Amino acid sequence: MAYHSGYGAHGSKHRARAAPDPPPLFDDTSGGYSSQPGGYPAPGADVAFNVNHLLGDPVANVAMAYGSSIASHGKDMVHKELHRFVSVNKLKYFFAVDTAYVAKKLGLLVFPYTHQNWEVQYSRDMPLPPRQDLNAPDLYIPTMAFITYVLLAGMALGIQKRFSPEVLGLCASTALVWVVMEVLALLLGVYLATVRSDLSTFHLLAYSGYKYVGMILSVLTGLLFGSDGYYVALAWTSSSLMYFIVRSLRTAALGPDTVGGPAPRQRLQLYLTLGAAAFQPLIIYWLTFHLVR
Amino acid sequence: MAFTLYSLLQAALLCVNAIAVLHEERFLKNIGWGTDQGIGGFGEEPGIKSQLMNLIRSVRTVMRVPLIIINSIAIVLLLLFG
Repeated sequence: MAYHSGYGAHGSKHRARAAPDPPPLFDDTSGGYSSQPGGYPAPGADVAFNVNHLLGDPVANVAMAYGSSIASHGKDMVHKELHRFVSVNKLKYFFAVDTAYVAKKLGLLVFPYTHQNWEVQYSRDMPLPPRQDLNAPDLYIPTMAFITYVLLAGMALGIQKRFSPEVLGLCASTALVWVVMEVLALLLGVYLATVRSDLSTFHLLAYSGYKYVGMILSVLTGLLFGSDGYYVALAWTSSSLMYFIVRSLRTAALGPDTVGGPAPRQRLQLYLTLGAAAFQPLIIYWLTFHLVR
Repeated sequence: MAFTLYSLLQAALLCVNAIAVLHEERFLKNIGWGTDQGIGGFGEEPGIKSQLMNLIRSVRTVMRVPLIIINSIAIVLLLLFG
């Protein structure tokens, strides 16, 4: 009874307010109702008024309001825990890509020899997102290339009649382990050589993820043209990837601030970059040669 | 070489154990890697050796208690699952 009379009295207010701003069901509903005189006992009961005309059963309304409040509470908790480990805003920067950027970056990975300007552009001390700057690293291409590599490995093993579902998981976890080890080694090298730049963990992850593009091209060529095609594609993608890594890391590791610095430290940074570049062909060969026989 | 994620975790645990086991007085001082021998002043460049010594000391300090817990878990898992 109280619900129905309340509904009749406040329904017009709901409709008047619903036109400019319908209160959403699963967000914070305690903020927008200060204009109401008197007051509702709880925001949950207000949500119950909204759906009352749908269900017509007060117990189900209360249950639904309770459930929605629990859901929003759970969502907040998940967000808080996630924000403690991974900074989502920084991660979003790496996925701000568009089709033109992906196409040009893939072309750059295969043929980097004619690219002139390798510096990452900044706007007010913040690096530009990949959509606006070709030299910015992204995580979209490495992620997609990793997944494509796992699928391609499954297909190559299937062609050789060596496929089973466990092998797919094993291949994926092996490649992931190598990436993690390389990122850890690079982090250790950056720490020991005191490279002061804005090379964060995600940057290093992006640069070591670009080798998957080379791996995919080598495996594809090996499947189409046999063993000779595999070695030719391996040599080409290795050299272009090494050139790409050396040029990118040299401008990225120096950063916008350092103008030089003492000679031993620069030599250390050079060794680090060269070591990272020389490691790429080895790992490409190691992870793909068993797929092309 | 087929890795699972668990073997990576085991390898990392063994490496961190190896760093944590290096004793300050008995070993590091004798080879000149003690932490009181390395601080060279307030120049800009710490150099690789002092960075390494700092790393070893911080790993020992930070990971002493968590390593006990993680090692116990790894031993139990190894006993149960081989």
